[in-house]
Amino acid sequence: MSDTDYMRHLQGRYEVHGRDFVDAGLVSSQIKKGLKSQGIHEDIIRRIAVIAFEAEVNIISYATHGVISYYLLPDSIIFEAIDEGQGIEDIELALQEGYSTADDSIREMGFGAGMGLANIKKSSDIFEITSELGKGTRVKSTIMLNGK
Amino acid sequence: MMLETIAERLSLKCKCCWENLKNDVTGGYAGDLLSDVMANSAAGNIWVTRQVHQNIVAVAALKEHAAIVIVQGATPEKETLDKATKEGIPILVADLGEFEVVGRLYQLLYPSQG
Repeated sequence: MSDTDYMRHLQGRYEVHGRDFVDAGLVSSQIKKGLKSQGIHEDIIRRIAVIAFEAEVNIISYATHGVISYYLLPDSIIFEAIDEGQGIEDIELALQEGYSTADDSIREMGFGAGMGLANIKKSSDIFEITSELGKGTRVKSTIMLNGK
Repeated sequence: MMLETIAERLSLKCKCCWENLKNDVTGGYAGDLLSDVMANSAAGNIWVTRQVHQNIVAVAALKEHAAIVIVQGATPEKETLDKATKEGIPILVADLGEFEVVGRLYQLLYPSQG
């Protein structure tokens, strides 16, 4: 199976715009509904809801634009968020719980606690992140269905 | 425990979704950091927070909370109430602060451990 083979299993694809805090959670909510209608186990849906929400908020907070996609495979669900934006300078640091580069306007809304990427990683079975400074970030999470 | 009972006992003012005051509250969570609430709260929780903006509704809807309680008599933004009405998430306001609200809630929900 090639690296991009999972893309044949696309289930949903959504645009997310930077600084659009009003709609934060909208994409996550649509993905959740989509997975429910597919009869996916609620434990899996809960984990993907966390992943989707954090990824969505990250795009809104730090990128100019992004695309969130999810793929339903026979044995797993793959979630992918690709954005165009400032990128992450030090991924190791960004993954540390509590580390954040959020400004006050983001923190006032209860975001920017430095838990986003850590939460995504925790909720994923396989977590991959690549980022290029000044270009953008790609997050890919795989959640195994394990018969659920 | 039924949300309506909690609302009465804690003198909470319901701001929207009166029809969902029959929701069953199975536990609670308190927090103002949305990522913390996303990661650690559970479905059926009554969520106690000082945040008033509309993103709290997105979190409560995703986590399937029974209700949101806003503390310290703070006023939820109009957009927050509109969104909550759309999602069917009751928002209630407490005059007391977060510590007092959580303490009373805990006693109500878990009387034998109080």
